[in-house]
Amino acid sequence: MNALLELLLRSVFLDNLALSFFLGMCTFLAVSKRVDTAFGVGLAVMFVLTVTVPVNNLIYIWLLAPGALDWAGLGDLDLSFLRLIAFIGVIAAMVQVLEMTLEFHVPKLHRAMGIFLPLITVNCAILGGSLFMVERSYSFTESVVFGFGSGLGWALAIVMFAAIRERLKYADIPDGLQGLGMNFIIAGIMSLGFLAFAGMG
Amino acid sequence: MQESKWRILIRPLIDDNPLTLQILGICSALAVTTSLDTALLMSFVVVCVLALGSGSVSLIRNHLPHSVRIIVQITIIASLVIVVDQVLQAYAFELSKRLSVFVGLIITNCIVLGRAEGYAMHNGFVASVLDGIGNGLGYSLILILVGAIREFFGKGSLLNVQILVPTSQGGAFEPLHLMLLPPSAFFIIGGIIWYIRRKRPQQVEKPEFTLRQLRQESE
Repeated sequence: MNALLELLLRSVFLDNLALSFFLGMCTFLAVSKRVDTAFGVGLAVMFVLTVTVPVNNLIYIWLLAPGALDWAGLGDLDLSFLRLIAFIGVIAAMVQVLEMTLEFHVPKLHRAMGIFLPLITVNCAILGGSLFMVERSYSFTESVVFGFGSGLGWALAIVMFAAIRERLKYADIPDGLQGLGMNFIIAGIMSLGFLAFAGMG
Repeated sequence: MQESKWRILIRPLIDDNPLTLQILGICSALAVTTSLDTALLMSFVVVCVLALGSGSVSLIRNHLPHSVRIIVQITIIASLVIVVDQVLQAYAFELSKRLSVFVGLIITNCIVLGRAEGYAMHNGFVASVLDGIGNGLGYSLILILVGAIREFFGKGSLLNVQILVPTSQGGAFEPLHLMLLPPSAFFIIGGIIWYIRRKRPQQVEKPEFTLRQLRQESE
């Protein structure tokens, strides 16, 4: 139990997908003008990560990993090179299914994060989550915790980032730094802040 | 409106750089730049994938139903990336281990999909390949610059060749460890953007609100 809690805290703060691995940066910089849209995207990313990482984990363990097809009598088959295309397929399909389910059952939530869902298919944070899961060989339970934790960390980072940007709208910034340049500097300072959590480990 | 081939190749380097102006493909750019050799390898891989991806999307663009185009594009890109990944693991295993998940993440690198969707879907084969190469080179330019700065100030070396002797070995150079940590990449790219926009003022974004000139109004 303790190990899982540690993994959760680690994936939220220390190994923050956005600020220490730079994943999902395009979305991070592009849709963080206002706090409420940032909140919608953050929620959607968290949702999709929590679902896709465990699903990809099952697919990898039972179908793709070297020797995984033992149960079908094909033990010496190594399909792990197919993982990229399998993962991206799962993610695209999951996003589609999620969007339809939400629209049907929870229209309110769908309106909150609706337009961001399709965008998320090509968000590197999602694919990155699954690839990290393989690289660090997480078990199924760990992958659930990791998916949720890293999604939460990403959402936290984008909401904080959007809040800072809202304040900076009224600041007098030098011409060349206006917009994108300033965003990079802010993200850098935030990432410095998150580095401080490294001391906790 | 027909642009010359040379312009297509050259424009994305500074005037329409994918990283500093189009906000595409930032994720991988930041993560692989702790040293120059990974940055170089990543640049090379991205140029290849971009050129081949844009080329093949452009070849089939007239046969592609509008509704399934994104899936087809992603499949093409994913297959290319798998090939690249396998080749790297076979011939440059050490480097590919250090790039870790970021080779796979080229699939979701928005440059590749962005150029396929935004340019190759409407243009001929040669122009699309050139556009792919040009954007890849524009991306590489920033990547190599950042990689060189980070490795030089972080370790005192370039391409693993020691240039400045660090204090730990009796030299006079104190390595800046911050340069090897994530935040420095943000700062350096922010600085590069600032510099480019000083030189090319037409790229400057309009502020949403401007300060009123109080003194002039009261006079």
